[in-house]
Amino acid sequence: MKLPDLTELALRNLRESILRNSLTTIGISVGVASLVAMLSLGIGLQQLASRRLMKSGLFDTVVVTSRRDLRNFNREEERSGPAPGESRILDEPTRQQIEQLPNVLEANPDIRFITELRYDDKPHLTMIAALADSAKSSDAFESVQGHFFSSDSAPEVILQKSFAEELLGRTPRPGLDETSVKELAAPLLSKELVMRYAQREGTKSAPSADGHAPTTNDGLEDAAYSVVSREQQLKIVGVADLDPESMRGPTRARVFLPLKLAESLHIMQPTDLREISSAASDKPIYSSLSVRVKNPSQIQMVEDTVKKMGFNTFSILDASKSIQQFFKVLDVFLGIFGSLALAVAFIGIVNTLVMAILERRREIGIMKAIGASDSDVKKLFFAEAGAMGILGGIVGVALGWAIGQVINLGTNIYLKSQSFPPEHFWSVPWWLVAFALLFSFLVSLAAGLYPAGRAARLDPVQALRYE
Amino acid sequence: MASNTDRSPRNGAPAIHANQLCRHYRMGDTLIRAVDGVTLTVRAGEFVALLGSSGSGKSSVLNLIAGLDRATSGSVIVLGRNLAELSREELARYRLHTVGMVFQSFNLIASMTLAENVELPMRFAEVDRGQRGELAREALARVGLQARMKHRPNELSGGEQQRAALARALINRPQLLLADEPTGNLDSHTGTEIMNMVRDFNQQLGMTVVMVTHERALAERYAERLIFLADGKLAGDELNSVSAVAANVERQ
Repeated sequence: MKLPDLTELALRNLRESILRNSLTTIGISVGVASLVAMLSLGIGLQQLASRRLMKSGLFDTVVVTSRRDLRNFNREEERSGPAPGESRILDEPTRQQIEQLPNVLEANPDIRFITELRYDDKPHLTMIAALADSAKSSDAFESVQGHFFSSDSAPEVILQKSFAEELLGRTPRPGLDETSVKELAAPLLSKELVMRYAQREGTKSAPSADGHAPTTNDGLEDAAYSVVSREQQLKIVGVADLDPESMRGPTRARVFLPLKLAESLHIMQPTDLREISSAASDKPIYSSLSVRVKNPSQIQMVEDTVKKMGFNTFSILDASKSIQQFFKVLDVFLGIFGSLALAVAFIGIVNTLVMAILERRREIGIMKAIGASDSDVKKLFFAEAGAMGILGGIVGVALGWAIGQVINLGTNIYLKSQSFPPEHFWSVPWWLVAFALLFSFLVSLAAGLYPAGRAARLDPVQALRYE
Repeated sequence: MASNTDRSPRNGAPAIHANQLCRHYRMGDTLIRAVDGVTLTVRAGEFVALLGSSGSGKSSVLNLIAGLDRATSGSVIVLGRNLAELSREELARYRLHTVGMVFQSFNLIASMTLAENVELPMRFAEVDRGQRGELAREALARVGLQARMKHRPNELSGGEQQRAALARALINRPQLLLADEPTGNLDSHTGTEIMNMVRDFNQQLGMTVVMVTHERALAERYAERLIFLADGKLAGDELNSVSAVAANVERQ
């Protein structure tokens, strides 16, 4: 029998016992729905976790330090490579060179210093760090009160919550709910702060009478500079709840400046003293660079390249691998639970079709008497099982998607009541839809295997005698 | 008995030849010999009635000729083909193209309209979708049911259902028409109507007809030859003189 005829007959047979076949199809739908729901939850959670990890900046960042910095992160590695004294300096040309490496998004200098801020005529001493524009998308600033810097060189600051509390003279009481950032931000936003800092100012030697630079300090003519105390007015534009530098422990900054602004101020850095013999007045020496990589998988490659250039590197790499492994295992388990419902549906199909054989015994006998072959009968029952599988699969995918939406909505209502930002726990990628439909179809065909074989083997003489 | 077949009015080639045909089966501890060593020959174009009381084995012989059942021993050769040597698939094709069957209880599929019932064998034969509708309409028109095409069997009288069953049996142009008590569920008037149609097919299309019946009068009225069965064995095989004369008269 040709496929269109087969489909037509199968569908008309399904319509004949509409109630029973609908119930079986609903059984399949529920099975597929639970499979889709479980797997989309697994995938959604995995995507949520990796999105969070990406935003944290921990997994796509390589910290580059000079081997001349003897406080390095990775002491093991100092034993190989050139001796610290012969190693390269992290200066602007090096930064540009690293930024040009393949797969590198940007390489920003880490500018951080301890200095005094005056607010309301009271001095406050704290660690200040410069932030690149790309930090805007970091989740630490996702729930910032106020806004991010209006430009990369605007005289603006963002305060960390604990520093805001200090400015307002509040001390968080242990055991009580923490003060909300919103409450802290209200009196501070748009207020001015005065930052006192040490500026490194080049002392341009006047050219000598014959038009040549003085040569008394052979090769060090530009290294002379003086340190001048300066003040800078800064406007508070934001207060951030999360601690973007929690990884840095006690040296973490509580006040943040735009990167370009910080660079233009030529603030005295600890490395300036170390590199005093080679530092030029307006050529900065960086203590470290934060290199952002396009994709976490390319971290190792970038690290290796930078190491070959003669620098030390540091990144958190392996943690992400084990997290992905965890989610793969989670997916498998959720998939197994989802499949259990489909297994129940499988038995439902077998039952429905076996019942259909009993009920349609005579009809099968007639079809054989007028010339249907075993394979015609077998194909017909297969087609009925397959049609139930496809219909159940389509309804099931829709149902699973709807269940996901409802759970997502419910969870977000709960999150909102706990004053957390909304999240997407749910993801139904197209391949999951295709997989669910195919799986449902194949499971249904497998369920039709036994009934179809039985129907095909039916003895027509016996079947025709059956009333 | 064998000499009787030689006196057949039609001298066509043998269409059906059964040789020492047996169909035995077990029911509990007892062996039932439904058909027990039947030998007979039906020539092409003949109208033969298989007569006998219930349990005589006449329906079993018909099922063996129809390829619905397989012989325990002996052979059935239809149009030169030994049915015992055919695979299940080949036997299905034989039923589809060579044999048309009608039954006492009509055996139309209740969930299908008449047109769909008549079309069903063409679906199995993979006849083009476009042609099928036209052929089904013609076949139903031939048995006077063109107005009932869209009706389901339970909306029709017994006679109408049997006419539809006849249309279905003939749709793939078989050479053999096998009828199992075709008038058993019909009143005598409707039965006559059906039997006249069967006779027409036999005479006009030259189809070989084997009809199982327990009504001797019916057999004598239509069949050219009467074969009697009792306890699974051949009990008689004679030419029906009344019918033969009538048929000859009509033919001349």
